Amino acid sequence: MGKRSKVIEKDAVVIRFSGDSGDGMQLTGTLFSNTSALFGHDISTFPDYPAEIRAPQGTVGGVSGFQVHIGHKLINTPGDFTDILVAMNPAAVRANARWLRKGSTIIYDSDNFTEKQIQRAGYKADPFAEDKLDSMNLIAAPITTLVKEALKDMDLDPKTVLRTKNMFALGMVYWLFDSQLKYTEDFIDDKFGKKPQVAEANSKVLRAGYYYGETIEALTPSYRVGPAPIEKGTYRNINGNQATAWGMLAAAEKAGLKLFIGSYPITPATGILEELALRKDMGVKSLQAEDEIAGICTAIGASFTGRMAVTTTSGPGLALKSEALNLAVMTELPLVVVDVQRGGPSTGLPTKTEQADLWQALYGRNGESPVPVIAAGTPSDCFRFAFEAAKIAVEHMTPVILLTDSYLANGSEPWKIPAMKDMPSISVPYAVKTDKEYLAYERDPETLVRKWAIPGTPGLEHRVGGLEKTIKGSVSYTPENHEYMVRMREEKVERIVKNVPDLKVHGKKTGDLLVIGWGSTYGQIITAVSELKEEGYNLSAAVFNYIRPLPKNTAKVFAGFDKLLVCELNSGQFANYLRMKHQKYTYHQYNKIQGLPFTVKEIKDHCIKLLKGKKNG
Amino acid sequence: MAETITNHYVAKDFKSDQEVRWCPGCGDHGILASLQKTLAELEIPREKYVFVSGIGCSSRLPYYMNTYGFHGIHGRAAAIATGIKIANPDLMVWEMTGDGDALAIGGNHYIHAIRRNIDIKIILFNNEIYGLTKGQYSPTSKKGLATKTSPYGTIEEPFKIGELTIGANGRFFARTVDYNLQLSNEVYKEAAKFHGTAVVEVIQNCVIFNDGAFDAFTSKENRDDNTLVLHHGQKMIFGKNRDKGIILKDLKLRVVTIGEDGITEDDILTHDAHEPNPGIHYRLAGMSLPEYPVALGVIRAINAQTYDAAMVEQHQKVQARSQVRSVDDLLNSGSTWEVK
Repeated sequence: MGKRSKVIEKDAVVIRFSGDSGDGMQLTGTLFSNTSALFGHDISTFPDYPAEIRAPQGTVGGVSGFQVHIGHKLINTPGDFTDILVAMNPAAVRANARWLRKGSTIIYDSDNFTEKQIQRAGYKADPFAEDKLDSMNLIAAPITTLVKEALKDMDLDPKTVLRTKNMFALGMVYWLFDSQLKYTEDFIDDKFGKKPQVAEANSKVLRAGYYYGETIEALTPSYRVGPAPIEKGTYRNINGNQATAWGMLAAAEKAGLKLFIGSYPITPATGILEELALRKDMGVKSLQAEDEIAGICTAIGASFTGRMAVTTTSGPGLALKSEALNLAVMTELPLVVVDVQRGGPSTGLPTKTEQADLWQALYGRNGESPVPVIAAGTPSDCFRFAFEAAKIAVEHMTPVILLTDSYLANGSEPWKIPAMKDMPSISVPYAVKTDKEYLAYERDPETLVRKWAIPGTPGLEHRVGGLEKTIKGSVSYTPENHEYMVRMREEKVERIVKNVPDLKVHGKKTGDLLVIGWGSTYGQIITAVSELKEEGYNLSAAVFNYIRPLPKNTAKVFAGFDKLLVCELNSGQFANYLRMKHQKYTYHQYNKIQGLPFTVKEIKDHCIKLLKGKKNG
Repeated sequence: MAETITNHYVAKDFKSDQEVRWCPGCGDHGILASLQKTLAELEIPREKYVFVSGIGCSSRLPYYMNTYGFHGIHGRAAAIATGIKIANPDLMVWEMTGDGDALAIGGNHYIHAIRRNIDIKIILFNNEIYGLTKGQYSPTSKKGLATKTSPYGTIEEPFKIGELTIGANGRFFARTVDYNLQLSNEVYKEAAKFHGTAVVEVIQNCVIFNDGAFDAFTSKENRDDNTLVLHHGQKMIFGKNRDKGIILKDLKLRVVTIGEDGITEDDILTHDAHEPNPGIHYRLAGMSLPEYPVALGVIRAINAQTYDAAMVEQHQKVQARSQVRSVDDLLNSGSTWEVK
């Protein structure tokens, strides 16, 4: 190991791997993240890729990026600005130029900076000058040439050789951080176990990249980020989709129910179906349905038979499911509908993040259709809220919508593994045969929840359906009965509030400003508010996970602040919902609709503007 | 778990307390009666039955059946039934649907349930009209039929249900007539015993909006000459005088008269419902007047593994080799690390 000439100690560093969508940048970023997490860093990741599997090469539109934020303090966001950019081509420089912090390091494959490539990326001749990046710490590495050289004795086809370029770049970054190569080498052995030659080539190139970093050491400082002060326990990395799938499994186990998933592939939700399709060992019945509607209808059928049922989708799929979702509302069967939101409307921006399905979740159905809506705040949070969605669904005999989004689904973070014995219990309101006739819509007087009679049980034969019905389940068009039933279904959902935890305030309970958000903007909002507090501003934050019903202390929290600012990645859906539910307050809005998460800086700037720069007196 | 005691039922045991609301004279009454009779004869515990439906006159049937029932939404009965059967293969799932429900709005679910061979019994009430919405043409209405939405006659070709079903890789297809209680009973029983998606097309007369649409082969005076009732292993002979039959000549089915042109009974085709090759079944299912009689009875019944059984089998295989048994196992599998 060579001697380090300059070492920069940092609390946190943001690295972005960027290249053509076929360059393997997602894998490179994931491997780096896992290595960092194993070392003890707190991390947060943000994959950002085009919808096309192989978008036109060398164009800005085809750039695929993976950003990871590592720190020895707690990390809540993938970071606004990049400290280190790995650019496999000029398009990657162009796509990321505006997100580079002053003094950043750019490692680039100089072999790809040909006149043709430079022009294809939209530059005239000199990317770094044209984007005013000349003062950055530029590290040119002829990666293509070096990779070919490293593998020249191995008798591999040119395609396989070029595919290892990402490992060279990763090796260089590992050198910068003085990281261990072991995790990545193990991964390579595992992945290419059946092709030992390919495994050897990748490992060789990884080490070549590392040693190249060492060789050109004089050119660059290296970074040192200490381990984060993380709570004791066993950890793993988890992304939002995996956490959602596992949260459903945990709820099914706690409730003593078998899990059924009926879903149709759709970006960015497919990962949940894929994860649960693996879990036949745990008895999960998974069906890749013929369409979105069949996805939810099979899940409703499974729910009718007494299974924990889930269907997963994104915005366009939720639109297709809305009629069937109402069937679950009407029949009062438990069901979890996961909407991994993406940019809309229509096909919109399939791989980009947005929070614009909130109104669809709350209101996008015919008739009076109350459905509880909850939203997860971080990738690992998806576990807890999927569990919670399932718990509410079963205990209250209702469909529940869980909102996550592309940012949570693909983002990952270290997660302290919970023990199942510490998870809350879930009680299932089974109907049992008594001397009295089973009435399908007879309700618990407290919760208004009906009993669940499972087909196969003698003596509880009954019919449910989408038509309005009486307590007994018989079809009824009587005016008074309809109004009564509408109010019962509404009131049943409202009474869930008893089980909704209070809204948590981050910071003092009173102040000049409360920054409000919901779901996945948690990390940016909390980070922005803590930084502003340190800078002397008098503000707090509150990020909602329970949208319907809202926590019972909501108004009390709002009353403690002079100003309320609602930040969300849409044009104001939650702000308007709050205006309806809590009318006496004035809500300021900060909205972003670019298919991207907030940056911490954007939120901070907006808060300072709203506070007119006023700090603590 | 206690052994389930098989009850001896009578048809009345399957009547619910709901008032039957179909029009007087509707063919649906006949279907309901034969189904209740069939169920009583099957000796399967009543609590094992689930009747699922979509929307339309046919789809009201689950309300009248004293079993578990699910009245779904338009077109989606096959998907709901699929979920029920996969989730609990012990249940016996019957889907009640119509030509509009199954073949127009629900066409996608219909063909995919059949393709997968989910073990459900699909009773498809075919009246060639939309009844509940009061008289619009359906995907099976004869070309040229004048209805409220085709005042000058339809200009579209109808589906033939048998051809569509066999084309979707259907393993069981049968046809019966609403008020032919004996044949219906026989066909429903065959469907019930079959493992896989069993489609029964029931020729059903809508007395209000399409009355008499099938008289040409269902009326007392026409039915013997214009229908061919198929039984596996028996000759395809029909007619009042039992003198007509079906032969295959020049790759085409032909109607012949026994005793004419040297035709003897030996020349007549013998029905083989278990022949995997769908060629003859497809042609039999597609036979229509005036060239051919309409085929009734079980046209095709091919055994194959069902989706629900295959899933159970796959689960057992995976479970035999996996180390993961619980959520705790799962959460702690793969790469983890300790923070001390």
